Amino acid sequence: MSLSVRLKHSLPGIELDLSFDAPPGVTVLFGRSGSGKTTIVDAVAGLLRPQAGRVAVDDWVLFDTDKGLWLPPHRRRLGYIFQEGRLFPHLTVRQNLAFGRWFAPRNAQRENPDKVIEMLGIGHLLDRRPAKLSGGEKQRVAIGRALLASPRLILADEPLAALDDARKAEILPYFERLRDEVSVPILYVTHSAAEVARLATSVVALQDGKALRHGPASEVLADPSVAPAGVRAVGAVLRVKVAEHHADGLTELEAGGSRLFLPKIPHRVGEQLRIRIPAQEVILSDRKPEGLSALNVLEGTVDTIRAGEGPGAIVSVQTPAGAILARVTRRSVSALGLAPGHPCYAVIKTVALAPQDVGGRVAANGQA
Amino acid sequence: MGWLGPAELEALRLSLRVSFWATLATLPLGIFVAYALARWRFPGRQLLNGLVHLPLILPPVVTGYLLLLTFGVQGPLGKLLAEIGIVVAFRWTGAALAAGIMAFPLMVRAIRLSIEAVDPKLEQAGATLGASQPFVFATVTLPMILPGIIAGAILAFAKAMGEFGATITFVSNIPGQTQTLPSAVYAFLQVPGGEEAATRLVIISIIIAMGALLLSEYVGRRAAARVAGS
Repeated sequence: MSLSVRLKHSLPGIELDLSFDAPPGVTVLFGRSGSGKTTIVDAVAGLLRPQAGRVAVDDWVLFDTDKGLWLPPHRRRLGYIFQEGRLFPHLTVRQNLAFGRWFAPRNAQRENPDKVIEMLGIGHLLDRRPAKLSGGEKQRVAIGRALLASPRLILADEPLAALDDARKAEILPYFERLRDEVSVPILYVTHSAAEVARLATSVVALQDGKALRHGPASEVLADPSVAPAGVRAVGAVLRVKVAEHHADGLTELEAGGSRLFLPKIPHRVGEQLRIRIPAQEVILSDRKPEGLSALNVLEGTVDTIRAGEGPGAIVSVQTPAGAILARVTRRSVSALGLAPGHPCYAVIKTVALAPQDVGGRVAANGQA
Repeated sequence: MGWLGPAELEALRLSLRVSFWATLATLPLGIFVAYALARWRFPGRQLLNGLVHLPLILPPVVTGYLLLLTFGVQGPLGKLLAEIGIVVAFRWTGAALAAGIMAFPLMVRAIRLSIEAVDPKLEQAGATLGASQPFVFATVTLPMILPGIIAGAILAFAKAMGEFGATITFVSNIPGQTQTLPSAVYAFLQVPGGEEAATRLVIISIIIAMGALLLSEYVGRRAAARVAGS
């Protein structure tokens, strides 16, 4: 199932005008705050009435201003996961989970509640009320509630933004499972490059209400001009396989025949992962480095050099493991004599691969 | 109740009946008006708000006289009701009508406050989960404002028990028919030697008023604790 969105709406301070057709899987709306992300999701949900546009999941039209068609929110068959959870405080977790099911059509394809509860690990919380849950638990229940409403489209508006890093790391894997195990398309809003790298099937980069770019995560994240947090968010996304866990606390990954090391991760040997390598954590060398403490050295050839504003440049290096991006100074580019086609080595510090940049299994249709 | 005379007992019984029906009959309208004032923006909203509050600020005797003009035997609504067999003038039903109108602002204020305390985002969440507006109201809004409704109803009941000015103006002070507790106190104080009976009714009034206040506080706290998750 795929999602098609066309919207025009003016709000004070922002002029929304965009359209995109998302392939099945997770479509991430990526942009800084004020770029119109939440407005788009609210319009898709029917909580906001846009001046013009059309939104459809396959041939099922949610609204079409040209045809005067407008489904109210309750008839859109959504699973909306809000940033603040929005669990019903007067209901127990069990009743919250059941809420959407009361209203789902009888013939809807239903998720098995026991399976969902088990997947989210919330079985021991069923009789509690939301006030007695931690932030991470609330968000897990919110995911379950959305899922059990038998939605045809799942919306998630910065579902991790209100959580600290530890809780984020706790919740992200559930979204990966959602992507991999549920066939419903997901529209996911975030301003975090790490979340994009781990979850996105495709990314719509937003700025001031316009879609700057739409494509696979690896392409959009590599473009410094669309990254909402500026060059700091630029990075490469690699598909890797867990090769071995070493006794000294490192995990060895295999990517296209090359080896990468990073601090131990919980994933099993043989599991397919996506990892994001931030461009600012990569240094380049024109010869094979020796006497360096960094463990990860990938040999490759320079593909493109993109000079941004200021003294920096983003160099893309084609390696057997995939394209690696490095943020270096323009002075280094000329000192090393880097040019497209030149051989060079990309050096990545082991600890630079942060756990939140390591994703779970790669979906069958997952592009990286 | 052995220490109450028959006339006093009659007044107490009548007051309870009048207040009960005044509260029960106005409650659905009170919830609706409170919801409309809290959630909807419509032309005439301020006018409605003013009308609801009018009995609170007008002298009760004015409200009573307006009721008499409207619902009296010669009044436009009074005539209309008389045709379908309902007479409110100088009946206990009239006392209930007066008490209900006088208590209405208090009821609406309490319920409206509790509706405004419900985050509309929760109602939106209910809608995205497939609940139409009436169902969102029944499953999300109503349970969350229930403490406010109960508090408003108790407050309205207590106010109805104490209503005097509008009642005596509208339906007079007929023992057994329209002589409520406050009217009875007033009547006893008008005759020599009536102080003792008046005092007994005053004590009962104080007990009922205090009891209602404590009960509404208790209900409010219990409900708040329930939502807080204990």
